[in-house]
Amino acid sequence: MSTVVLLLVTGLGLGAVYFLVSSGLSLIYGLMGVLNFAHGAFLTLGALIGWQTASLIGAGTWAGFLLSLLIGCLVGALLASLTEFVLIRPLYERHIEQVLVTVGLNLAAIALFEGIWGTDPVYIDGPAWMGMTTDILGAQTPNHLFITILIAVLVLVGMVVFLKKTRYGMIIRAGVENRSMVTALGIDVRRAFTLVFMIGGAAAGLGGVLASHYFGYVSPMLGGSLLIFAFIVTVIGGLGSLPGAAVASLLVGVLQQFTNYYWGFGDFVVIILLAVVLLTRPAGLLGRKAVATA
Amino acid sequence: MSTTASKRQEQLNTRERVKASFAPPPAGTGPSAGRSSADRTGTGRRELLGGALAVAGVILLALLPLLNIHLPGVLPSPTYEPGALQLMALCLLMGAAALTYHLLIGVVGLLSFGHALYVGAGAYVLGILLERTGMGLLPAMLVTLAVVVILANLTGAVALRVSGIPFAMVTLAFAQAGSVLVRRNPRGATGGEEGLSLNTDQVPALLVGVSNSRNLYWLALAVLVVIYLVVRWIQSSRAGHLAAAVRENENRVRVLGLKPYLAKLLIFVVSGTLAGCVGMAHLLLQSGAVPKTVSADFTISLLVMVVLGGVGSRWGAVLGGVLYTLLDQRLTVLAQSEVIGALPAVLRVPLSEPLFILGTLFVLVVLFMPGGLAGWVRRLSTRFGSGRGRTEDPVRVLEQAA
Amino acid sequence: MSTAPEPTTATGADTEVPVLAVSRLRASIDGQQVVEDVSFAVPAMGITALLGRNGVGKTSSIKAILGLIRRDGGTVELGGEPIHGLPTHRIVQRGIGYVPEDREVFAGLSVAENLRLAERDDSPRRELVESLFPDLVKRAHQAAGTLSGGQQQMVSLARALLNDNRVLLVDEPTKGLAPKIVSEVAEALAEAATTVPILLVEQNLSVVRRLAAGAIILSDGKVVHTAESAESFLDDEDLVTRHLGVGTEGGRAS
Repeated sequence: MSTVVLLLVTGLGLGAVYFLVSSGLSLIYGLMGVLNFAHGAFLTLGALIGWQTASLIGAGTWAGFLLSLLIGCLVGALLASLTEFVLIRPLYERHIEQVLVTVGLNLAAIALFEGIWGTDPVYIDGPAWMGMTTDILGAQTPNHLFITILIAVLVLVGMVVFLKKTRYGMIIRAGVENRSMVTALGIDVRRAFTLVFMIGGAAAGLGGVLASHYFGYVSPMLGGSLLIFAFIVTVIGGLGSLPGAAVASLLVGVLQQFTNYYWGFGDFVVIILLAVVLLTRPAGLLGRKAVATA
Repeated sequence: MSTTASKRQEQLNTRERVKASFAPPPAGTGPSAGRSSADRTGTGRRELLGGALAVAGVILLALLPLLNIHLPGVLPSPTYEPGALQLMALCLLMGAAALTYHLLIGVVGLLSFGHALYVGAGAYVLGILLERTGMGLLPAMLVTLAVVVILANLTGAVALRVSGIPFAMVTLAFAQAGSVLVRRNPRGATGGEEGLSLNTDQVPALLVGVSNSRNLYWLALAVLVVIYLVVRWIQSSRAGHLAAAVRENENRVRVLGLKPYLAKLLIFVVSGTLAGCVGMAHLLLQSGAVPKTVSADFTISLLVMVVLGGVGSRWGAVLGGVLYTLLDQRLTVLAQSEVIGALPAVLRVPLSEPLFILGTLFVLVVLFMPGGLAGWVRRLSTRFGSGRGRTEDPVRVLEQAA
Repeated sequence: MSTAPEPTTATGADTEVPVLAVSRLRASIDGQQVVEDVSFAVPAMGITALLGRNGVGKTSSIKAILGLIRRDGGTVELGGEPIHGLPTHRIVQRGIGYVPEDREVFAGLSVAENLRLAERDDSPRRELVESLFPDLVKRAHQAAGTLSGGQQQMVSLARALLNDNRVLLVDEPTKGLAPKIVSEVAEALAEAATTVPILLVEQNLSVVRRLAAGAIILSDGKVVHTAESAESFLDDEDLVTRHLGVGTEGGRAS
């Protein structure tokens, strides 16, 4: 029983990290049709600079940890909006080329990070409480998982409220459905583009900092494998669907933990799940229109 | 009803147009050809000239190991020495790998992120067979080929059920599965992160060791030439034209009742199989296989090569592969040089990362040189009044992809 | 009569400046030419019909005017000012209302959200829309995707009528609707036309007969006929057969 609880909570924690990365990917794809390969660079830079900030004022302190979250978030948002403005915007409506520049940016950025921070992972720690465990039904659950899950839930709620209650949120929801009709109502949809990149980058930056606590290290390679799973999550959930990304994140995270523990091939199960979902529901679990029902 | 009548008329017109595109065109031209006969004889002459140039180029390349050409900065040693031969052979193989990727993105318009799987399968399956069984090189290669064909069929059959970005994702996921498998090192078969070194017991002595670099170089050249010819033949085949028609407008082809799925699958399998051949040659050339050949990064470098060269252009893909490999290798050497080491950190750090330079170069090409090298040459030749419509415009081919 | 290099006003009233003048417009989708050479002018009053068989480029012409598909050449002037080359949202901001062919309401957004999204002016004409389509007020919080086809058409029309536009481009507003709804839509259009000129693409010729003043006829991506009076054009069976095809619903009364 305690093992099941532990696996469930670690699975939820992993799912929370996946959600922080895939929510932005999904919104960006949904609105702009761009598969953003640079998303891994956003989260990696957020993690690296977040960790540097934390270690400056004391990695073991809560102030250091909270500041690293804030900085990671800001760095992700800044890099993402710059990417949209400088690289994506000039290639307006040329989706393949937009994907290609994000591929190139990711190559260049990760190489640059390796040059600056080295290729070896740096093992990190946070406030002492985060390294301790809490007993849940007999399972010694690491505390950092609760923070990761809590932040992911807050981000989800924040995104839903933003999409539901603000004019820009409305434009984004409409744009995910039918971008050209939004422009045909006289709305400059490109501003929404910058905005989703900024939001996605902020979430990815947060995700980077939290992922480094989840895995226990930072490295320029942090984004690479996370990005591939975030892609898979995004497709399983339905490209463009925020609730889809949330559901698929949890599903994939929990599934991966359980199969890894009992059979040791969690990564394969996820890939099989992807194949099955695509063959039975090519639009993903919650399809395209699901964003609107968020 | 007038509406159905006019729709049928439209369908008929379209059928004619697509049929016309199936008519055997002069070799090496795209399906959207619609030229006058005068123009066609011009094309024929250019074809002949191009063919002669290609033959001359291959002969020159074949003679390189016998010559003493020294290109400081480009090659590490004179062309007859092993260092240069190894690098040149790798360049040719990567050119061949890029060519197999061209079949997907440039011909069918499929953006695959899993092509490395087939290169890796070729290298690893052959390596494992030579290591674990007493098979000779040729039988082992045939078995490997069969394995790759089956693998490409299975994965292609699933992946082609979707298209566009989901297709990219499924292929990425399959390759990721391969990558995980190789890194897991099941029963010590793949050597995990360390990679697998080539067991040379069954490999003819002619292809083993530094002293035989020359033979390996010729092998690489042969692989490139054969793959080039196969790709060219596939493109001029019925399936190639159907695939190109699908790339231009899938709906139009569907309306005609033609089934693009099989043509796409055929080309996908050919492309994967050829990639497997590149993988086998890579194993022999590098005396081993490393997990990098199965990674998403490797597929991305294939994509970079093809885009640098110009999507849709065969020689562009080859040139892109050669240039990328050359730059990657030489920039790595440059990064360790004293010139770079003496620079201030702001310049030293980025310049000592070859992938930073390549990635930046790639972004600049996409932004400012649409169509890559082939697009650039095309614009140059249009400016000087020749080469009109000889090849497809890489910018358009790219727009149609995915 | 195959090409009309200079825009000709459908009503022929030379003294009037057309609100929308299209000249030698060419446009393509995915590299395929869909509008080959279209020139026409929409007079500053009443409804002008844009007619032709299926697939002759009516919808594409409208999309090209709005910059929704790639314009390869030609000019578009709104009230004498060139608008081609502007991005779509700027073109619309100059005062064009668009009611697209398949209504294109945002299915996941509520009716109220659909309308709020369309409001460009400081004081949108909510009262006008509410009086024209009282049904939409009742259904303000319903997701637009759950509405019937007719109700969705109301939303689509309402989006265009909320703002003070200089011209409306209305593409097949009665397509797929029940006869009763068709006449409701026609009524709303007639009402709207008292304040703003409309370019109307319409297959239902009895609606055209009822609403349109002039008519422009397209074939194969070109303007082949311009009629000062839509009614007299429709009365000419020869012309109708030639340009709109045999057995059109020309005679059908609804």
